[in-house]
Amino acid sequence: MNRASIERALAPSSPARHVGIIVAVGLCGLLLPDQWPLLARIGVMALFVLSLDLVVGIAGLATLGHVAFFGMGAYTAGIVALRWSADPLVGLAAGAAAGALTAAVSGVLVLRYQGFTFLMLTVAVAQILHSLANKLRGLTGGDDGLSGFAVDPVLGIAPFDLEGKVAYLYALAVLAASYYVVKRIVDSPFGLSVQGVHQCRARMSALGTPVARQLWKMYVAAGLFAGMAGAVSAQISGIVGLDSFGFSLSAEALVMLILGGAGRLYGALVGAAIFMALHHTASSINPYHWLFVIGGLLMLIVLVPQARLAAWFRAVPRPWAAPPRAGKREAA
Amino acid sequence: MTLSIRKLDKSFGGLHVTRSVSFELGRGERLALIGPNGAGKTTLVNLISGTLKPTGGDVYLDERRLTHLPQARRVRCGLARTFQITTLPPRMPVLNQIEMAIHARLGMEHRWWRPFSACREVRDEAWAVLERLGLEKAAGLAPSNLAYGEQRLVEIALALALRPEVLMLDEPMAGVPRGESRTVLRALEELPGSLSILMIEHDMDLVFSYAQRIIVLAEGRIMAEGTPEEIRRHPEVRTAYLGAKA
Repeated sequence: MNRASIERALAPSSPARHVGIIVAVGLCGLLLPDQWPLLARIGVMALFVLSLDLVVGIAGLATLGHVAFFGMGAYTAGIVALRWSADPLVGLAAGAAAGALTAAVSGVLVLRYQGFTFLMLTVAVAQILHSLANKLRGLTGGDDGLSGFAVDPVLGIAPFDLEGKVAYLYALAVLAASYYVVKRIVDSPFGLSVQGVHQCRARMSALGTPVARQLWKMYVAAGLFAGMAGAVSAQISGIVGLDSFGFSLSAEALVMLILGGAGRLYGALVGAAIFMALHHTASSINPYHWLFVIGGLLMLIVLVPQARLAAWFRAVPRPWAAPPRAGKREAA
Repeated sequence: MTLSIRKLDKSFGGLHVTRSVSFELGRGERLALIGPNGAGKTTLVNLISGTLKPTGGDVYLDERRLTHLPQARRVRCGLARTFQITTLPPRMPVLNQIEMAIHARLGMEHRWWRPFSACREVRDEAWAVLERLGLEKAAGLAPSNLAYGEQRLVEIALALALRPEVLMLDEPMAGVPRGESRTVLRALEELPGSLSILMIEHDMDLVFSYAQRIIVLAEGRIMAEGTPEEIRRHPEVRTAYLGAKA
């Protein structure tokens, strides 16, 4: 096995190709006009779970307070639309900035700790913001939430319509663009070193890597994209409620990430799509017991060894697939 | 560069592990640190590398005082180490690990847009490091798929990729099975002559053939210091540590 073939086997997959697949699959959604609102929500959640993957899957920090950035993004986008500018891209940028800033400030404190302490502190940050959103009625509308804000047409040409087509395409576009950037970050020297910190912290200090600073930067990046998800959510639904700071949203995002597989980026999208689609169908069939389905699926994913799942998957005949590349097999 | 350790002291609560240890390590010198289990050898390496903060004393590299610097900064000054227990990202291919070390040395670890695989110079240098240690075949594998001896070589390769002035080897032969010990040994012999090496090792044959100078540590303080010949003859060391073996 020579150098070139080893390098080829190790080369990260192209971000453009991933984005191409996301856009192609996403555009198929246009064939289902009844489902546009659901698809738009899936797009938003996929972006949120993708940002969570930067913290959980890439940096290896288990968090249950990721919703803090989502909520900040959502409220900021809502307030910006209500008071200053109805341009969706301005709101999006403001939401992203709010998410990143929240991560930057809270990260300084919470990233000093690891494990359960970190986990509890992330929950605490989200809870504090939740109660602030509840108390600052003048700004946030308290438990009534923010509503009654209008959003201008996207780029001045595409007004948000009642069927939700523009909302869906807008969510899809933000998701695809974000995915491209996230994928590039993960495959960069910076992303590599954060993965090194995840796998072996002591080694990275011994290489001279400023571990704390690298983690903080990744945390801020995750906050930025979570803020964007919050902003899109506010813009396409036209309301921001206290539930956008809710604990259950953090927990559900984590479930989606584990469902799709943490640390792989596209897993976040797959997990969000499966969870949301199941939620939608199962809860319309039986609104009281739909969580059984989610619970069962989660048990299956967590308890069945990964290798066996992969083997089942491989056993599915795939006449369309090219024969496996020899290099990839040997490297694995 | 000369590494000098001046009256280094460390206690954990009432436990006094390092007692006023001073020594110097000159450029290109091979110094071995030996002593019974619990003598404080690894603690000393941790104090020098910056993983632990000393309760007293100083670490200098030439005239630069490192005592207050965190580990990452000391590495950038030219002080690298390997670990007694293999400490490697378990699921990352070896080639990428070496690249990561080179990124860290060149201050490239903050670059966040271009793919890590796109920098040809880094990649070629990584291959050169792997070639030097005979690890080319392992380049595409993660440490969890490597033999233990190879993992030890990766530890050394990572340290070399940092191009240090001083290298601290914490029991490089620990746990290496007999069949693989020769490759590790050869790697140690082929380390560049300008590199100053501080080695902790329990394998006395290796210590006495490899080191130019030996320090014997017992209960946290230096018990004896000298050439291998002097240490071999040292009466206290013979009774306390080497036993009948020497």
